[in-house]
Amino acid sequence: MKGSGALGALAVNFLILSLLAFGGANAVIPEMQRQAVEVQHWMTGAQFATLFAIAQTAPGPNVMVVTLVGWQVGGVLGAAVATAAMMGPSWVLTFAVFRAWDKFKYQPWCMAIQNGLAPVTVGLVASSAFLLARDADRDTIAFGLTAATAALAYWTRLNPLWAFGAAAIVGIAGFS
Amino acid sequence: MTAEVQPSRSVPVQSPTLSDLFLHFMLISAVAFGGVLPWARRKLVEERRWLTEREFLDTLALCQFLPGPNIVNLSIAVGARFRGLPGSIAAFLGILGLPCFIVVILGALYSRYGNLPAVGGGLLAVSAAASGMILAMAGKIATPLLRRRPFESAPVIAAVFVAVALLRLPLPWVLLVAAPVSMGISFLRRP
Repeated sequence: MKGSGALGALAVNFLILSLLAFGGANAVIPEMQRQAVEVQHWMTGAQFATLFAIAQTAPGPNVMVVTLVGWQVGGVLGAAVATAAMMGPSWVLTFAVFRAWDKFKYQPWCMAIQNGLAPVTVGLVASSAFLLARDADRDTIAFGLTAATAALAYWTRLNPLWAFGAAAIVGIAGFS
Repeated sequence: MTAEVQPSRSVPVQSPTLSDLFLHFMLISAVAFGGVLPWARRKLVEERRWLTEREFLDTLALCQFLPGPNIVNLSIAVGARFRGLPGSIAAFLGILGLPCFIVVILGALYSRYGNLPAVGGGLLAVSAAASGMILAMAGKIATPLLRRRPFESAPVIAAVFVAVALLRLPLPWVLLVAAPVSMGISFLRRP
């Protein structure tokens, strides 16, 4: 548990991330990781990858990793601060814009924004995968798990929990 | 966004109350493993019939247009649509309350037992699998883009990946350059 300085840093970090999160939470994983590991030194890369894994195995939106990072830094209060900071700005925006949306969604400039953001999002989500894999894949078995899950999730409609469960069994067997 | 011919709601529905919004968004979050959107669609369109398919897709497009977690934005927009500000708060607390509680419990278990080699090894293996799932997600969004507009999208995807994943540049700067450039390309070369 750290002091109010860490809570302030959490709040500022996630307020900014909230406004950058075009394409959802998975698009800002690289920046979240850069801040938490390289800039603020809240945790190691492996710890971040583990928190991400915990968030993925729990039900609910994938933004839950934010709550866990906050919790790791400042306990329950940190979790609340990080979650509120991540949700606040996008809440205000959604609330402000949703009534006007019907009027401008088919305007050329609006379509250009949507079409323009899409490849940026792909680049960001691919970066997330790369950085998480870099910290999690310490041996060929882990690398194999990444590749197998990617293939399963891309080509089948299997619930990813099955892949996570199989990976957990492999991991436990390999380390005990 | 396909404009399928959709009959209007087959059963007329009353607009949801605050406790309906809270309860049903919580039920969505409770079952939503590995991505909330399919579950949200099923609940809102098929089961409760608060939205038609078309309304759901339109609202989703808005949520993808704005920054922030899509599904959270969706709960805010749906709550606000039926019950204004209180509705958006009810739906928001519904979608986030239970998952927040669950991950904090899991986090506490992790900090207590994470040092055990078996637990640590298991979790690291799951994180390897989770990164594979994110990779597949990138592939799934990339495939239609690359098929439809390869020359506009591939350079942007590659440049963002190099800047963020390899050079580790701060995201605000990357977005400040990449977003306007990519929007400009798609405006100039609009179909």
